[in-house]
Amino acid sequence: MRTVPDALVVRNLQKRYGSVRALHGVDLTVAEGELVGLLGPNGAGKSTLVKIAAGLVRATSGDARVAGARAGSRDARASLGYLAELFRFPGWYTADELLELHQRLAGSTGGAAERARLLDLVALSEARTRRVDAMSKGMAQRLGIAQALVGEPRLLLLDEPTSALDPVGRRTVRLLLEELRGRGVSVLLNSHLLSEIELVCDRVTILLGGEVVATGSPQELARPRGVELETDAGVQTIPGATREDAPRLVAGAVAAGRRVYGVRVLTSTLEEVYLEAVGGETD
Amino acid sequence: MIAGYGFREAVRRKMFAVVLVLTVVFLVLFWLVNHFVFGQLSTITPPADANVDTRTFAGAFLTGLAMFSTLFLGVVLAVFLTLGVVGGDAERGLLQPLVVRPVGRTTLLLARFVGAAAVVVGYVLVVYFTCLAITGLTGHWWPDNVAWPGIEVAGGAVEVVALSLLGSVVLSSTANGIAVFMLFGAGLVAGLLGTIGHALNSHSVKTASTIASYLLPFEGLYQDALRMMTATASGLTGFLLQLGPFGGAYVHGWGIRAWGAGYLVVVLALAALAFNRKSL
Repeated sequence: MRTVPDALVVRNLQKRYGSVRALHGVDLTVAEGELVGLLGPNGAGKSTLVKIAAGLVRATSGDARVAGARAGSRDARASLGYLAELFRFPGWYTADELLELHQRLAGSTGGAAERARLLDLVALSEARTRRVDAMSKGMAQRLGIAQALVGEPRLLLLDEPTSALDPVGRRTVRLLLEELRGRGVSVLLNSHLLSEIELVCDRVTILLGGEVVATGSPQELARPRGVELETDAGVQTIPGATREDAPRLVAGAVAAGRRVYGVRVLTSTLEEVYLEAVGGETD
Repeated sequence: MIAGYGFREAVRRKMFAVVLVLTVVFLVLFWLVNHFVFGQLSTITPPADANVDTRTFAGAFLTGLAMFSTLFLGVVLAVFLTLGVVGGDAERGLLQPLVVRPVGRTTLLLARFVGAAAVVVGYVLVVYFTCLAITGLTGHWWPDNVAWPGIEVAGGAVEVVALSLLGSVVLSSTANGIAVFMLFGAGLVAGLLGTIGHALNSHSVKTASTIASYLLPFEGLYQDALRMMTATASGLTGFLLQLGPFGGAYVHGWGIRAWGAGYLVVVLALAALAFNRKSL
């Protein structure tokens, strides 16, 4: 039986810019339909990793494959959509013309129907004939996501896709990402917004100094921090207790004549996991 | 479609409009010069032993001057249309969304070249033939060869498009603009060097000029265009015309044309090679 290759497989990836080590032995897999978040402080190598996957930068050594094809090859580029952190589109294009240009470049046969669907997906149907230079930053950002989706790519590489968006725009993108996951599109999402990553990503990889320092689902990464019990005597935290201890703790409190109003299993948030992984390092 | 993108990109730049305005100013001034020169032509009496055909000399000199101006304006247009095609566009984030598409970097680069070259060639030919028409209708003088000189000047400008494109891959926009204009200046110096070498009959200076003209073939093509313009002029008239307004016509013939074509291919190949290896 022939197996479908993972959307992105990165093995022992190294990248040096002169004496600067941007990536050092990075391993990463984005499976079919998986949404993986990439976290790390500035200079951790996140954008370099995304750029190598997109074929914009050559790795010094190691292997990066998109849908089974070497990153940067024609087949790899045909399988991905990319939105750069800093991008611009020619101002004189209308939204529809820009998507048409990218359809031609991507070899998409979707035609006007695909363009209309993509503009609808990013809530830009009304701006179909609006020129790019007449769009707000948020609209241009959403148009960028639409162009990345031209040709129904298997892998979507998004580098800070919500950096220019207001809270409503961020929510639109988040819902969009969830919809894409539902359709089986794989996404590698590079973002500084931990809450966003925590909400939508199946797995998270944290980079520091060009190396992977933590990887797993948000649940796997979260560490137990005890159980919080709310009784008529007040709120009591039992450090070291886990989810499995909760029934016993409740039964013990009831047996002791307490009225139990609530019980909550405490785990670390992604922010705490992140800060622990990067050692509190900031930009 | 992709070449169309390059063409649209080229004509949408503000620089194109600026060059168009400057061109109109130049053409008006050129008409005025023609009007006064040919108006007073009958009062010019060359020495009896000089054997100079005054009308041919004036017509060819003015057309040669116009040809140089056309090349200069064409080069300005070529440089400003292409100086930031790779480095500048990558810095602004315009290039990355296009480069990740399966169409490939080489195709994109060639598309930008075709777009810019089409604009520059069209511009040079329009200005060249307008100048010919001004001189022809005002002074009743037409060059021996009407089409070839224009084609060669346009070819020279296309060489600059390719050089500027190559520069845009390896240099920043500003550095590239400076570098290409310096190369253009070096080409002019090579032409003047040839004139000096011939005047002094210095073999080494002539050789240096010829080598420089081949290294920068836009200058060689310009020289050949100058020669083609008055191919049948002889005697002192021919000699004076060969001096040209900015360098003589010493490099000429199919050799420089074939070299120019090969040079173009090599420069574009180098640009594509460098672009394919460039991190964006």
